[in-house]
Amino acid sequence: MAVCIAVIAKENYPLFIRSVPTQNELKFHYTVHTSLDVVEEKISAVGKSLGDQRELYLGLLYPTEDYKVYGYVTNSKVKFVIVVDSSNTSLRDNEIRSMFRKLHNSFTDVMCNPFYNPGDPIQSKAFNGIVSGMMVQTG
Amino acid sequence: MESLTLSDVEQKYYSDLFVYCDTDNTKKVASNGRVLDLFRAAQLPSEVVLQITELCGATRLGHFGRSQFYIALKLIAIAQSGLPLRVESLNSVKDLPLPRFVVGKNEAEARHAALYQDAESQGLYPPSSMVIQPLAPSVEAQPEPTSPVISPHQSPPTSPHSWRKHKRQHSGGNPDRQAVGAAAGAVWTQFREPPAAQGPGPVEGIWASHSPPPPSQESWVSFTADTPPSSTLPAMHPSSVQENTTIRTVASASTTNEIQRQSSSYDDAWKITDEQRQYYINQFKTIQPDLTGFIPGSAAKEFFTKSKLPILELSHIWELSDFDKDGALTLDEFCAAFHLVVARKNGYDLPEKLPESLMPKLIDLDDSAEVPEQPPDVAYSASPVEVTPNKSPSMPSLNQAWPEMNQSNEQWETFSERSSSSQTLTQFDSNIAPADPDTAIVHPVPIRMTPSKIHMQEMELKRTGSDHNHPTSPLLVKPPELSEEAKLTASMKFVAANTVGDGYSSSDSFTSDQEPIARQRSQSGASPEALKVVAPPPPPPRPQPSHSRSSSLDMNRTFTASSGPGQPQSSTTAFPPAVPPRPLPTQTSVPLTGHRVEAEAVPAGGAALTTTSPQQIPQQPNFADFSQFQALAASEQPSSLPEVDKHSEAGQVEKISEGAGPLRTVKSDGPADERTSTTVNSAMCSSGPLAPPPKPVRRRLKSEDELRPEDEQHGAQKSGIIAAPQTAQPSIPRSVGKDKKAIQASIRRNKETNTVLARLNSELQQQLKDLLEERISLEVQLEQLRPFSHL
Repeated sequence: MAVCIAVIAKENYPLFIRSVPTQNELKFHYTVHTSLDVVEEKISAVGKSLGDQRELYLGLLYPTEDYKVYGYVTNSKVKFVIVVDSSNTSLRDNEIRSMFRKLHNSFTDVMCNPFYNPGDPIQSKAFNGIVSGMMVQTG
Repeated sequence: MESLTLSDVEQKYYSDLFVYCDTDNTKKVASNGRVLDLFRAAQLPSEVVLQITELCGATRLGHFGRSQFYIALKLIAIAQSGLPLRVESLNSVKDLPLPRFVVGKNEAEARHAALYQDAESQGLYPPSSMVIQPLAPSVEAQPEPTSPVISPHQSPPTSPHSWRKHKRQHSGGNPDRQAVGAAAGAVWTQFREPPAAQGPGPVEGIWASHSPPPPSQESWVSFTADTPPSSTLPAMHPSSVQENTTIRTVASASTTNEIQRQSSSYDDAWKITDEQRQYYINQFKTIQPDLTGFIPGSAAKEFFTKSKLPILELSHIWELSDFDKDGALTLDEFCAAFHLVVARKNGYDLPEKLPESLMPKLIDLDDSAEVPEQPPDVAYSASPVEVTPNKSPSMPSLNQAWPEMNQSNEQWETFSERSSSSQTLTQFDSNIAPADPDTAIVHPVPIRMTPSKIHMQEMELKRTGSDHNHPTSPLLVKPPELSEEAKLTASMKFVAANTVGDGYSSSDSFTSDQEPIARQRSQSGASPEALKVVAPPPPPPRPQPSHSRSSSLDMNRTFTASSGPGQPQSSTTAFPPAVPPRPLPTQTSVPLTGHRVEAEAVPAGGAALTTTSPQQIPQQPNFADFSQFQALAASEQPSSLPEVDKHSEAGQVEKISEGAGPLRTVKSDGPADERTSTTVNSAMCSSGPLAPPPKPVRRRLKSEDELRPEDEQHGAQKSGIIAAPQTAQPSIPRSVGKDKKAIQASIRRNKETNTVLARLNSELQQQLKDLLEERISLEVQLEQLRPFSHL
């Protein structure tokens, strides 16, 4: 149900970013970039405890007039950002969580691939498939 | 368009092919679809195919008419023979072998071609035909329906002989195909006989330069018998011939091959031959000597990087082949990856998802299950080089045609008089089973060492998780079993539920032992204090819900324990006169509503004890004690559960004492009485000595149920009741003659107790549900509040 899904590496450069309405891609890229600040802010606040599933999910980072941005950070400081269109019936929190979980699993599979060098852009077909599945849902 | 002269064989072959490709029956074959598949199956370079299409004029017309198609076929044959493509060569080349088409559907055509070619070239090998001729009559004499049956009869004697001859005389066909040709010829011989088209001899002598694999004999039979369009011909894998398993192909297994091939034609493209597998295994050994071990991702990366494929493709291959996503390759995963690399290097596109024949589980299972069938498969299974490129997007028609062909082949089998037989059909069916991905995947894989990953994979692929054996599952199964064991009475359910719900389960003798004592202590104080007191003393609760067996064990423990501490206490306690337990049930009904909680707890313990205790006789005297105890507990209870445990504990103690024997019963009664007396005084802290005995108290819980209603009756009545069972206890064991009656009475009492306990059980369960719901709602609130706490 997302309009844009992005995977940002620990050093805050994108590993994977894809938007559904490709014409507005730049806008989504900018949104994801600005959301990183919010992510950093939340990460620093959580610093005390270990990251369990709940804390990996950062929740709604900030809503704008058109869309909402959700964040998720892994234990290795890889960030997933999902931009959801507000016009859609607001997705339940659990749905967003499950989306992040799927992303995380797929990302782990990509990492397991010895031919993937961490830091390279993600070009895995399987990963693309999962992302497409999530984005096609919104249509 | 040059005029094309075709021999009869060619004519027939081409017409069949044309009909096969002419799916629309328009007499004009479009330039895509089956034609393209056919041409691709000819294993010619694409530029050659283009050249052919140009030469035949299809590009001019935009489609393949019959003549263009025929020209194209002839050109294909020319190209396959290695001759340059020239329009002039169409008519100049004589004795041109029929075009060969590889893979799957084309197998039928190839076989058809071989069939025709045999007929065509029969003139070329008269000598060899002579050799075979004598056998032909014998073959014909046995019109066996199944080609596999036939071929063994024919081929073993003939094929080696004729094969050798054929080899000498073969004018350029691949030697390794001769065996197939021999086999085919043998079959051909027989089946050609009825049509009486040609003598078996000349047919035998025809060793096609291309070799239909022996498995194709089946299709041969059906094909020749019916001579329907060749579209239903089963696929042929020329590579199988090259596998050098000619003898095997001749064997009946060839039918199996064919059938398998037909049934799993889609996967045949990816099936790994034995040779290949052996090679892969050897490569695996160079990296990882242990065949059951893993190849780490880094080692695999280095190895596959040597293949000089682009990293992106290697990455995709890895994603496909690392089945369990563990970052390492097992033997099967490695073979699948290697197979994909080989396929890719030969120009075949990678599939989007792992083909079934390459899936590790499938290979594991099929290897063992299809061992007898494997040899024939090897004969014809295609190497990746010759696999039909199903992956390429331009082959959709081929893919679609597969099931059609397979089905039609199946029909062939059934219709053909000779081919179809129970043997064939059964083989076909058996082949279908492994080919079915769901069946194969569901099959448990004991070899797999990573059940969890497989489980994950299965969940991803939506496979049934039948093959994952969670280590926790047996554990999960255990508690219900245990609880079921304990369910001797309805009340036991309560015990189990109580156990699950509270963790205090009264059936948990040990825990309940402690808790009743603590509760007893706490009764004198405020409930929170009681809770606090309760917390430390109880030992870790038993992991399983109590059941008869465990309780009995506890009782044994308690008996031995109580024997010691019980002694000093027995002296202190005075046994109340024995009171018949009968009135207890009636009394229980009255106070039942008032002290439901206690009653519920009590029956839990009582149920446990009841179920466990074979000694029900002594329970009677304990009822009195127990009721007194319960009455006190009921009056003072702040919370149901702790008190319940206390009561159960008391009951247990008493019951334990009963079970121990006269002496021990006295002792247990002593502590029980002591406990009850403390409750009466509401100031006792003599729970210490009760600690060991509590286990037997469980037995009393059953009586507790009856006694509980009596809890309301305080004072002397209780003491009298307590005294009564006490006195009754020693009396009962002593009077052996009355045992029977006592037993029956106790049985009756127990039954009454059971009903009461059952009622209490249901009530407690309801409470438990409510509490759980509260807990869940609280947890949800907590979760909702939690994220905000981090902001």
